[in-house]
Amino acid sequence: MKKVREIGPGWWALVIIVFFLLLLQGLIIAGLVNPYIQTILCYAGVVVISALGLNLIYGYTGQFSLGHAAFYGIGAYTSALITRLLPGWGFFALPLGLVAGALVAGVIAFLIGLPILRLKSDYLGIATLGFGMIMNVLFKNSDKVFKVMGGAAGMRGIARLTTFLWVAVIAVLAVVMLRNLVFSAVGRALVSIREDELAAEAVGIDSTRYKTLGFVIGCMLAGIAGGLYAHLYTYLNPDNFDFLKSIDVLLIVVIGGLGSISGTVIAGVGWALLLEGLRIVLPSAVQEWRMVVYPLVLIVIMLVRSGGIMGRNEFDFLKPADYRRR
Amino acid sequence: MTYFLQQLINGLQLGFVYALIALGYTMVYGIVRLINFAHGDVFMVGAYLGFFAIASWRLPFPVAIVVAMVGCALLGVLIERLAYKPLRRAPRISSLITAIGVSLFLEYFTSLKFVFGPYFRAYPRPFAVRTYELAGITISNIQIIVFGVALVLMVALTLFVNRTKTGLAMRAVSFDHQTAALMGINVNNVISITFGIGAALAGAGGVLYGIAYPQINPFMGIMPGLKAFVAAVLGGIGIIPGAMLGAVIMGVVEKLTEVYISSTLRDAGAFAILIIVLLVRPSGLLGKKQKEKV
Repeated sequence: MKKVREIGPGWWALVIIVFFLLLLQGLIIAGLVNPYIQTILCYAGVVVISALGLNLIYGYTGQFSLGHAAFYGIGAYTSALITRLLPGWGFFALPLGLVAGALVAGVIAFLIGLPILRLKSDYLGIATLGFGMIMNVLFKNSDKVFKVMGGAAGMRGIARLTTFLWVAVIAVLAVVMLRNLVFSAVGRALVSIREDELAAEAVGIDSTRYKTLGFVIGCMLAGIAGGLYAHLYTYLNPDNFDFLKSIDVLLIVVIGGLGSISGTVIAGVGWALLLEGLRIVLPSAVQEWRMVVYPLVLIVIMLVRSGGIMGRNEFDFLKPADYRRR
Repeated sequence: MTYFLQQLINGLQLGFVYALIALGYTMVYGIVRLINFAHGDVFMVGAYLGFFAIASWRLPFPVAIVVAMVGCALLGVLIERLAYKPLRRAPRISSLITAIGVSLFLEYFTSLKFVFGPYFRAYPRPFAVRTYELAGITISNIQIIVFGVALVLMVALTLFVNRTKTGLAMRAVSFDHQTAALMGINVNNVISITFGIGAALAGAGGVLYGIAYPQINPFMGIMPGLKAFVAAVLGGIGIIPGAMLGAVIMGVVEKLTEVYISSTLRDAGAFAILIIVLLVRPSGLLGKKQKEKV
């Protein structure tokens, strides 16, 4: 039998992408990218990481979640608290904060996921929506427990530790990890649950275990993204993690294509650049048309390509060798 | 005790407005299995139509409600034809995304200065507010109107769905599109009618909301819309009496949480109940258990 994973053009693509990102980093160091553009680029990366998490939950495992922003928020607040507690840790403060954010988001996802992942499709969506709402209310009342979290007024004074390099490295790692996960046996188990949970059970897949696994990993990615977000904008407001933010991530995942890493990356970057880009491109007189144009673009994309930009397809270099066309 | 009853009345008032919105959600979900996220914004448009009818065109209050209902019905049908109908055979998530798109579009388009404008507007009261005292509980004429209009509309809807031929067709289509089509029912028209009726009810709800909580803006529909949708799920989505029951429960729970626990926890109480109900009775309070087909 042939070995499944051979080193193919995938590595070359990775090298090219890393080179491109390093080039961008070089431009930033050379001072050729203004801080505003840098922030947008970082934000695009954050959005991609978070959306990859939701794609694992919804796109691959088929578990409809409308509460992704809650886990994003949990990660953001946790990591912000951690870096607050560790002021002298310099370089290690951010990674520790991110790990803590991911862990807390993962643990909460596990605890909430065990009961509610029994629900199916729309009902699961509504339960996660409810969870997101409750978390939002808790963020708004957070100052009653931790004064520094600021409650409805928002949390201020977070160190700006997120740099383009951090975001780029973590985003690339997230893509590689997710790609290796979804093409592994575990990934096939997740996809089989999406296609038909009953049939998956019948061939011996422990659906509760795999659904929870997918959900927890996806939410941990959201937690990491939240941590990066917190240290990018240095200010957290509960409104940044409300229902509408969960919807934003859902839009990105569906527009990109459910069950396509490449699609999520394209749609995530495109979404961040489109929304912010319109701010620059549109003259100030018609600035308020920005949010009118955006939903129209959404509707048109869905009417033209109802399966999303990439469908379930991937760029060739993301596929294992025996999935590629010969 | 009187304080409790007083708050119960206030909660019921909120619940009845939610009920009018929830009916549209539940009917649309029942017939095309779509969470119509734009519904809350149709409610907002209804509130604005009522506003203009009362403040600018000086129409009497009952006519204002009719204007809002007709306007919203047309809007509802238009949205269905343009944004949902082309996607009826696509995966369900696609029409959910266009629903979100339509919702955002309505919010931001109406925020433009030449449409409704992005600011808050004070809602005109078409008549003086009077309060009546009954065994220590005060009820205002506004509350009586909210209860009255909502009850009349709900009874009318129930009669329409259960007693008319179109209502029968609606129930048939919600049961099975293809079989209904084979029985000679024009499925497309029935779906359009369902959207129209749901939107009309939301329009009436918007006007009632406007006179009861007299401040409106283009984003006012988001939270009531979400809560009404949750209410529909709570009662058992697709079931008309369920939506009414769920909405009344939502309104009362929200009000009681606000006055007895904390106003900042208001939204959490209702959603906590939702999650518990979903875990215990996933198909909602009045929902039937569905068997999984193998």
